[in-house]
Amino acid sequence: MTRADIVVRGRRRRPRTTILVLAVAAVVAVVLSVAVGSVPIHPGVVVGVVADHLIPWDTGTSFTATQAQIVWEFRLPRALLGFLVGAALAVAGAVLQAVVRNPLADPFVFGVSSGASVAAVAMLTLATGSLATVSVPVAAFFGALLTTLLVFLLAQRRGRVTPNRLVLAGVAMSYLLSSVTSYLVLRASTPGGGVSEVLSWLAGSLAAADWGDLGLPAGVLVVATVLLVLLSRILNAFLTGDETAVSLGVDVGRGRLVFFVITSLLVGVAVAVSGAIGFVGLIIPHAMRFIVGTDHRWVLPASAFAGGLLLVVVDIAARLLLAPTELPVGLLTAAVGAPFFLWLMRRLGRVET
Amino acid sequence: MNSETSTATVPLHVEAVSVDIAGRRILHEASLSADGDVLGLVGPNGSGKSTLLRTVYRMLHPASGRVTAGGRDVWVIPAREAARITAALVQDAPSDLELTVGECVATGRVPHGRLLGAETAADRAAVQNAMMAVGIEAYADRDVATLSGGERQRVQLARALAQEPSILVLDEPTNHLDVQHQLELLSLVRRLGRTTLVTLHDLNLAAAYCDRIVVIDHGTVIAAGTPEHVLTPTLLLDVFGVHAAVLSNPLTGRLQLAFTERKNL
Repeated sequence: MTRADIVVRGRRRRPRTTILVLAVAAVVAVVLSVAVGSVPIHPGVVVGVVADHLIPWDTGTSFTATQAQIVWEFRLPRALLGFLVGAALAVAGAVLQAVVRNPLADPFVFGVSSGASVAAVAMLTLATGSLATVSVPVAAFFGALLTTLLVFLLAQRRGRVTPNRLVLAGVAMSYLLSSVTSYLVLRASTPGGGVSEVLSWLAGSLAAADWGDLGLPAGVLVVATVLLVLLSRILNAFLTGDETAVSLGVDVGRGRLVFFVITSLLVGVAVAVSGAIGFVGLIIPHAMRFIVGTDHRWVLPASAFAGGLLLVVVDIAARLLLAPTELPVGLLTAAVGAPFFLWLMRRLGRVET
Repeated sequence: MNSETSTATVPLHVEAVSVDIAGRRILHEASLSADGDVLGLVGPNGSGKSTLLRTVYRMLHPASGRVTAGGRDVWVIPAREAARITAALVQDAPSDLELTVGECVATGRVPHGRLLGAETAADRAAVQNAMMAVGIEAYADRDVATLSGGERQRVQLARALAQEPSILVLDEPTNHLDVQHQLELLSLVRRLGRTTLVTLHDLNLAAAYCDRIVVIDHGTVIAAGTPEHVLTPTLLLDVFGVHAAVLSNPLTGRLQLAFTERKNL
């Protein structure tokens, strides 16, 4: 091995610093997200209102009751929901890419998001009255879980599940479920069928957020991310290939199933509260690997903060660009995400060869 | 990594192992043993070499027979425990979503971690020692994707060594390597002094680096012994369909084979 022909290309890797910076940036973005809008509120007032709610003694900041209401009742839940959804999608994407060793994997490729969408749209268009509002998140979650398990079963042959078959089964399922969703939407396109509500949900929106929406995604995100970080070495082992992973004592079949169930939980709750928001789960993990390396111990928390940050920022843009009209946030993530992804792909390609 | 100072070796026994794939018997009651030596497994393409190795590193469950490592049935003890005894270097590791060299070698610690455990000092020491043993410690931060074939094989070997195994199973470790890297890798494996089961296509490499050789054909073990004993012109004609002359390597004095196609004689 001659040392001379080796071009040392050391990446700058400061995972802890990166994660800290992302976390601080996410907090700043949330404050800014709450500050901007049709009634601008000074970031200092935003912090004051939040402090007033969180700290039991008088914080000495002054704000009007209207400001307090706008911050606490309307904008903060929305910003936090954006963070949670972005974080959940990014973590799910990172895990899916690892367990199938496919850099193009994300919750959409696997039909997980489509499964959640179909179930949620079915609820929105078919169920009536109070049943609908109660069951949409639950339906989306079970839609995601069922689709995940179905894709897993379809990809199975003689008890073995290979990454390629998983991707193919996921793509096929994704198209199938998208057509079902289209059918349901068309079916609802009758006067009073509620189609505009469904379409705006499908395009991905955080508009309807309130505090009641936050508990489930927050709980799932925290529990799932902690669990996944603890299992990060198993995720790393998946990248070495099935044979090597087995020789390392990893039960790859059971491992894939466990990771799939965890990701469908994350995607299910994210889609349930926000609709289909694409590209976050595809782009963020790549960007994070580029910065902190491929070790999932760092990729997962970095992806969580970066995904959350991205969605909060995109949501600010979605509200400002055509104000007072709001753009669906999913439309913007795709518009921003696709070119970024192509740029990243070309950049990565140049490095590797 | 104290293999070179430790004297106790750990035996590997493959006992009458049969394997069925899709209802077809691929391996017929194959048996072999190694204990602290380098055992070469040779045979034509599709003879069942890789299949036999897969039963050792737990990729394929035998239909009958058993595999023991250090006297313990690898299909009975927990998978992670088996992976602490036996490490495998498999063919054609994937290259999408590459890890860095250090991260890749660190996956060798998976069987040692408590399932939810963090990295320990022992883990870091094992990874460092493994990288030094194969001479790749200088590339720890490079992407595996940027390495040459020979460097990648050394990374895989380091990953296997990070498992701190007593038994090494190597499936065609010299594939895609140039002659210099073939010789370097196999002499490194010999220096490690562990019970080693290795499949090799190149019979001269097998003769030069293996203490003993097992010949497998159509899923059946048909010969076992020292290279001189096993690699005879008669066997090579029977199993590989080539005419061979047994020579002596003028540089090493080891057994050297010269081949020609059957039709020419």
